[in-house]
Amino acid sequence: MFFQKIITILSENWQMFLRGAAMTLYISVIGTIFGFIIGLVVGVIRTIPIPEHGWRKPLLKVINWLLSAYVEFFRGTPMMVQAMVIYYGSAEALGIDMDRYAAAIFIVSINTGAYMAEIVRGGIISIDKGQFEAAHAIGMNHFQTMVYVVMPQVIRNILPATGNEFVINIKDTSVLNVISVSELFFTTKSIAGSTFIFYPPFFIACLIYFIMTFTVTRILRLIEKKLDGPENFILAGNQMQVARPEDMIRKNS
Amino acid sequence: METIIEIQHLSKTFGTNEVLRDIDFSVKKGEVVCIIGSSGSGKSTLLRCINLLEKPSGGRIIYRGEDILDEKHDIHAYRTKLGMVFQQFNLFNNYNVLGNCIVGQMKVLKRSREEATKVAMKYLKVVGMDQYINAKPRQLSGGQKQRVAIARALSMEPDVMLFDEPTSALDPEMVGEVLKVMKELAELGLTMLIVTHEMGFARDVADRVVFMDQGVIVEEGPPEQVLLNPVQERTREFLSRTLNQL
Repeated sequence: MFFQKIITILSENWQMFLRGAAMTLYISVIGTIFGFIIGLVVGVIRTIPIPEHGWRKPLLKVINWLLSAYVEFFRGTPMMVQAMVIYYGSAEALGIDMDRYAAAIFIVSINTGAYMAEIVRGGIISIDKGQFEAAHAIGMNHFQTMVYVVMPQVIRNILPATGNEFVINIKDTSVLNVISVSELFFTTKSIAGSTFIFYPPFFIACLIYFIMTFTVTRILRLIEKKLDGPENFILAGNQMQVARPEDMIRKNS
Repeated sequence: METIIEIQHLSKTFGTNEVLRDIDFSVKKGEVVCIIGSSGSGKSTLLRCINLLEKPSGGRIIYRGEDILDEKHDIHAYRTKLGMVFQQFNLFNNYNVLGNCIVGQMKVLKRSREEATKVAMKYLKVVGMDQYINAKPRQLSGGQKQRVAIARALSMEPDVMLFDEPTSALDPEMVGEVLKVMKELAELGLTMLIVTHEMGFARDVADRVVFMDQGVIVEEGPPEQVLLNPVQERTREFLSRTLNQL
């Protein structure tokens, strides 16, 4: 009975489910990528050592204050409320008719950015001081040290946390139904509303959400492995051209 | 002989703690200088002040006639002239052995990849790590890491090599391989400034030994004099303590 219902609903509405899922993925992928970039920039700026004197000192202090206000504000308020304020606020207070999808991506991006900024900052702090010193000792300036030595390590180390943000974004885009973005939750609600059948459509949405988040987690795990490179290394100029090391061991035992 | 680095009245304080007091010291071209002394005597801080990893609180550092503490002086260009080897190796974890030796050459000295690789291979051969160019730092032993770190510093073709207790973090059986490489470098005529606890190495390799205690240079001179016939009471005390441990 239950499965029959699910199958009928799926066969009648599969296009809507697919479209909703695609929209959810689209917003969360773009939002996570922009958020990641925002987080990198904000995190790096917030870890610039403040010079002891010169015009840069007050400038950096003001920028740091603004950035920390941004992080605190967007971490400290619900994304659903932010969506209402930004989308309707821009229309009512500023008279700008924002495209709702652009608004959706904007909201997800700055939200993710606020979280990622702290993740990046933590990643930079956790890099051993010796890495900075070694880079400075061969003559790199702060920018070169960050780009060639520190950030590659930070990005590798924060990948699991980034995956976490990605999964959260896939799920949390559902709150964007308050500004009528037709993502998966919104389309499921429409299906339920038009058929007066409730739990089977939402059960299907549940499964689709899980498939999306699980796939994303697996893909990121693969990327991590790829970045780590092979477990073993090959000796350059190895003279054993015929025998493989395994054969040598077998021969000797 | 030409003086490469000259230090005048150098001092360094951390808060109210005076780590270095009025240090006068110089290194000539081709010289191998070993700095000895107990922990906390300021010898590592002196080395770190020379390449400005620590900012000196007072005094002057003259490199080839130029005051490098002058605000206008380009400290990044100056640092490329000094090769630094750390106690904790500090290889870049995101590069393999070859990458560690070429990234500085390419990004700071603006050499091409081919040229940088050629130079890096030359020095990796000197330290006996040319077979391991594909290995990541985490796959190497401590002694191997330190030899790569030496090759990385040499690849920048510096004027002076600074060694900050290069064997202190190594297992006893790996100390030998690193000291052997350093001895070979000394024989090649490199200018080296070495902070060390290896008295035997200092005796065999150094042209001059400097003994530091409580932030001042107590005694300096040829190894036979400082290590075997020290003039100062504090040097004698230190040596009897360290030599008894052996």
